[in-house]
Amino acid sequence: MLLHVNNVTKSYPNAPVLRGVSFDLRAGEMLALTGESGSGKSTLLHLIGGLDSADNGEVVIDGVAMTGLDDGGRAKLRRDVVGVIFQQFNLIPSLDVGANIAFHARLAGRHDAALCTRLAYRLGLADHLAKYPEALSGGQQQRVAIARTLAAQPKLVLADEPTGNLDEAASDGVFALLCELVAETRAGLVLVTHSQRLAARMARRLNLSNGLIA
Amino acid sequence: MNVRAMVLWLLMMPLGAQAQGFAGLGNIANDGFATPLPNTILQFPRDHGAHPDYRIEWWYVTANLQGQDRAQYGLQWTLFRSALAPYEASGWQSPQLWMGHAAITTPSAQYVAERLARGGIGQAGVTPAPFVAWIDDWVMAGPDLNTLRLTAAGTDFSYDMALTAQGPLVLHGQAGYSVKSASGQASHYYSQPFYDITGTLRLPSGDVAVAGKAWLDREWSSQPLAPDQTGWDWFSLSFDSGAKLMGFVLRGGSDYTSATWIEPDGAATPLPNGAFKAQSLETHPLAGRELPIKWRVQLPSKGVDVTVSALNNNAWMATSMPYWEGPVTVQGSHNGVGYLEMTGYDN
Amino acid sequence: MKRAIFAALVSHWRRNPLQLFTLITGLALGTALWAGVQAINTEARASYATAAGTMDTARFGQITPKSGQILDMDDYIALRRAGWLVSPVIEGDFTGITLMGIDPLTAPQGTVLQIGAGVPDFAAFILGEGQIFARADVLAKLPQGLKGVARADMAPDVAITDIGAAQRILGRIGQIDRLIVAAAQPITRRPLAEVAAHLTQAQPQQATDVARLTDSFHLNLTAFGFLSFAVGLFIVHGAIGLAFAQRRVMVRSLRAMGAPLRAIMGLMLAELMVLAALAGAIGVGLGYIVAAALLPDVAVSLRGLYGAELGSSLAFRYQWWLPSLGIAMGGAALAGAGAFKALSAMPLLASAQPQAFALARTNGMIFAALTLLVIAGGLAIWGHGLVAGFAMLGALLIGGALALPSALSSVLRLFGAGARGPLAQWFWADTRQQLPSLSLALMALMLAMAANVGVSTMVSSFRLTFVGFLDQRLASELYVSAMDEAQGARIADVAGQYATALLPIVSADSVVAGQLAKIYGVIDHATYRDNWRFLDGAPKAWETVERREGALINEQLFRRAGLSLGDTLRITPDLTLPIVGIYGDYGNPIGQVIVAKAVFDAAFPDAVALRFGLRAAPEGIPALRAALQDRAGLEASAIIDQAAIKALSLQVFERTFTVTRALNVLTLAVAGFAMLMSLLTLADMRLPMLAPVWALGMARKRLAALDLVRAIVLAALTGVMGLPLGLALAWALLAVVNVEAFGWRLPMYLFWLDYLRLGGLALLAGTLAAAWPAWRLSGMAPARLLGVFRHER
Repeated sequence: MLLHVNNVTKSYPNAPVLRGVSFDLRAGEMLALTGESGSGKSTLLHLIGGLDSADNGEVVIDGVAMTGLDDGGRAKLRRDVVGVIFQQFNLIPSLDVGANIAFHARLAGRHDAALCTRLAYRLGLADHLAKYPEALSGGQQQRVAIARTLAAQPKLVLADEPTGNLDEAASDGVFALLCELVAETRAGLVLVTHSQRLAARMARRLNLSNGLIA
Repeated sequence: MNVRAMVLWLLMMPLGAQAQGFAGLGNIANDGFATPLPNTILQFPRDHGAHPDYRIEWWYVTANLQGQDRAQYGLQWTLFRSALAPYEASGWQSPQLWMGHAAITTPSAQYVAERLARGGIGQAGVTPAPFVAWIDDWVMAGPDLNTLRLTAAGTDFSYDMALTAQGPLVLHGQAGYSVKSASGQASHYYSQPFYDITGTLRLPSGDVAVAGKAWLDREWSSQPLAPDQTGWDWFSLSFDSGAKLMGFVLRGGSDYTSATWIEPDGAATPLPNGAFKAQSLETHPLAGRELPIKWRVQLPSKGVDVTVSALNNNAWMATSMPYWEGPVTVQGSHNGVGYLEMTGYDN
Repeated sequence: MKRAIFAALVSHWRRNPLQLFTLITGLALGTALWAGVQAINTEARASYATAAGTMDTARFGQITPKSGQILDMDDYIALRRAGWLVSPVIEGDFTGITLMGIDPLTAPQGTVLQIGAGVPDFAAFILGEGQIFARADVLAKLPQGLKGVARADMAPDVAITDIGAAQRILGRIGQIDRLIVAAAQPITRRPLAEVAAHLTQAQPQQATDVARLTDSFHLNLTAFGFLSFAVGLFIVHGAIGLAFAQRRVMVRSLRAMGAPLRAIMGLMLAELMVLAALAGAIGVGLGYIVAAALLPDVAVSLRGLYGAELGSSLAFRYQWWLPSLGIAMGGAALAGAGAFKALSAMPLLASAQPQAFALARTNGMIFAALTLLVIAGGLAIWGHGLVAGFAMLGALLIGGALALPSALSSVLRLFGAGARGPLAQWFWADTRQQLPSLSLALMALMLAMAANVGVSTMVSSFRLTFVGFLDQRLASELYVSAMDEAQGARIADVAGQYATALLPIVSADSVVAGQLAKIYGVIDHATYRDNWRFLDGAPKAWETVERREGALINEQLFRRAGLSLGDTLRITPDLTLPIVGIYGDYGNPIGQVIVAKAVFDAAFPDAVALRFGLRAAPEGIPALRAALQDRAGLEASAIIDQAAIKALSLQVFERTFTVTRALNVLTLAVAGFAMLMSLLTLADMRLPMLAPVWALGMARKRLAALDLVRAIVLAALTGVMGLPLGLALAWALLAVVNVEAFGWRLPMYLFWLDYLRLGGLALLAGTLAAAWPAWRLSGMAPARLLGVFRHER
């Protein structure tokens, strides 16, 4: 079992966000997490990614219980096991595209130049390696983010509205590439989206509503 | 003896060269200076005067005194000459440097003063006849060496003394040629150990009339110490019998001793290395070092086995190059008084 | 991993070189002024110490020939042989340097060139050609062929050699100028008159602690340096804050990819320290240049004001560069502390939107500002001691600076409300909106303005007071010193014929109210009544003193002993008088009491007047002077002309102002630089605000002109607000710090023309700072402005 989420709750000062969520994910499995704005889907993704910690319940990734980890342990987990793609501002503005793609892998200590080059080609970035993020379109930026995540060879890819900031055409292209490449690496994918259209293209879907899986 | 506190050596030596021996005395090349020779015949009064072609020289008076207050006192008057080059010139360019040390030792206090002067300008010097040795207002003078007036002053003391010789000059070693080490370092060395001395000491507590015995040492050389010799312990002892003993230990890799036994009539017997023995019995902490202030002194050939004790353990000469110099009392096979000088006890 | 993180962090600077430049330059400039001022201070103090130690013969008694007599070798030997511990000195001008010949064997204890202590190779010093000891810069001025030995511990413009060599070089074989008399002498020494009647001995001068007298001057410099550094810190704070804010995206990305926060913070701290060290080093270098440029003027000021000698060359002493480097790094850490705190508290998932670094916490800032100002007020009223004085200065300045944005905002809102027409309204609203981003730079400008107003006021007040004080104190036309009573009598004789009045100056030491004090007896004369002004005095104070019914005390005694007017003062066990007046006494470290001459003579029958003030009509002065020399046998140097002293003092103050003005310009330039950097940083962020206005039909040149006007308006407002802060600073320096440090209070005067000039400089700084960004805007490609609307996000 790659990911085991069991009865996780999380509340913020004003309101409960997650009220007991459980599900499992196997290696190679792809899951769409949908829900209205404020349904708690992003929060759940952040808990899985160790970006935030749960109030109760357990999150186990690759046999490691998130609950027992301190800040440094969670950072190590993110570095070694997980890859996160955000809606925007994924990239380091002062590094060029090539350096951005290689960055996470270098941080995790498993930089593979050939893999980076291959990913850059697959994502159509080969001509842009020397550019800086500010010179790229939004779609290109997200493709860099995908390349960077996959270059680090995570076991679990977490994507938080990765196409939420793109127009429909760009969005479809980025989404398709993400799914295709994740499938090739046999990693697990949890993708948060509010778009039913994209979610419909995923094998497995969970719909969050009111802090619970509907 | 002796090799004495020749602070002035400091003045002429680059600082780096002082690694060996007290004041660098053991580490000097000859540089055109005259060397003491064994067959030299000393001539007086000429040799009472200065010998500018020798590197160092001194006129050294010590006295054991008793005051009208019955207290014991010690007195020192020393004029050192040290040459940067073996000649004299008039004016500021004279290479002859002079240093005076004066001291009074009481049972509880030590008063010390020091003067420095250059030759060539009249501030200090020695003339043999009539005899005058002076630095600033300090003077040892008389028609000849038998009758002298001796004065010195510091900021807190002064003295004015009259000396009268009661016996002949004594030549040490071989007719005044005194060997200082197994490798042949030597000096010209004679003494006048038979002075009666009277006069007045002026101390912060008031004037004291005193009388006693004084001893004048005259010595000059250009290479007095062997390189491995670090310092010396020098004794001049006057016994109640009228006999006197001068003896010294030059400390080094192996100690070198020398002594002269002086009969009451002045007849002198030089004693070879090893005849004179001095053994420290007790030390006293002073100026950051441990100084032996009680000694067992032996001269078996003359039946001497005495304990020598400092009158004042703190007879420290806090001058440019500090050393210990003070009056002692003698007890044992012979009783008497004397003077002790110790150099090269580094802290 | 650390290398990857570090590379990412550093890449920020590569992409934003302007920020890096701002950070380093700001810190370097702040450090430079601080280091420069400290370098001057350190050099000066070292010079005083050297002057005191080398051969400051004033510390010793001197024997010189009487008028018309000479001092030769025979005299020297005669004195030595009479028991005098004297040491010969010959002095002469040699290629513009004072060449001093000494005898190291007899030089008194405690002088540097005593034998053993200072002369390493004695033979080389006295034999052959000899050696000349001097600072390296002095040696460089010597002719070829003389053997120089460089020594840093020497007084400036003085070379020392053996007396024999000096006599040869100066062509005065056998001659001696004077003999230095050692402090402790043998007890059997014979009287001078008996040994050499043609010689005369002067007692050692009162130990004038030059360092203490000059402290006041150095306090000015230190205040300048400190404030400049504070200005620099504001720049650094801004630059660091901006860099941190802009790197929030990066930090979030790094953390999302599993870089531990502690590693990131540690690396950022290391990065900051490396940058600070670099900036500090540059600052120290610049400081050296500043100090070297100012030193000649400072030297003239100090020499004239206090007779303190200062070299014209500057040594790289660790005493100033090490602290300067430390303060650069400490300052950077301080400036970065807030940014670090914000970073560590930033939730990983907080909005990663890059922000313009702005001071948004307005309420907190107003509160902090008010608190600090209240503390400053409290310290001013109830504080005691120098530390409290400086704490007050700090609270005052920081509080004032923090209050600036709110004050400016209020003023701008007022202008906005009064504005007619859409353009004016937009102008004021836009200015207000920019305020948070510019506030740090404006605070720096205000601090610079305040510092300059404060220090200018202090220096000018000091000048005015001091010159007034000289007028009051140096009322007599001539001042003379007699060798002995007989000469005093001859002087009185001459005065009876040629002067309108003879005012004896006679004093004795005593302990009054637990303080060391000098008691002076003065005769009844209009000079005192007409010229002396009291800080506080009973009516007809002089008349009361002359009736032997009162005493006057100086301000130092008044403050230190906590006395007040009317208190009864026990001057000696048998003499008590009420205090009827308190007078200012600037530059004097110890207390004074003035009583009537008759009272004084009764209390101190042994005191003899050897110094005199002589009143004379201006046209009678040459005749009086000639008579004093011919008939009373006074040396020309024993007659001091009051007019000459005053002229010299004024001239000296001019040089002091040169230094002050140079520092004015430098500090304001630093502040102007801060503004330039802020405006340049703002330029890109402001595009979304300017583009709509441009699109609505305002030309780029017009927009640029408005930006320029905006900067000038802000600078003007800031300058105006800096004025009261500067005056408060001046008050604190004069009335609090000065009193605590030196025991006298300087009255404060206002110098409006100076302030106007400073305000003009501040405006100029603001204008120059805004000129480049405005020029860039005026020529900006329309595509860039259009890009604002096309942006995908």
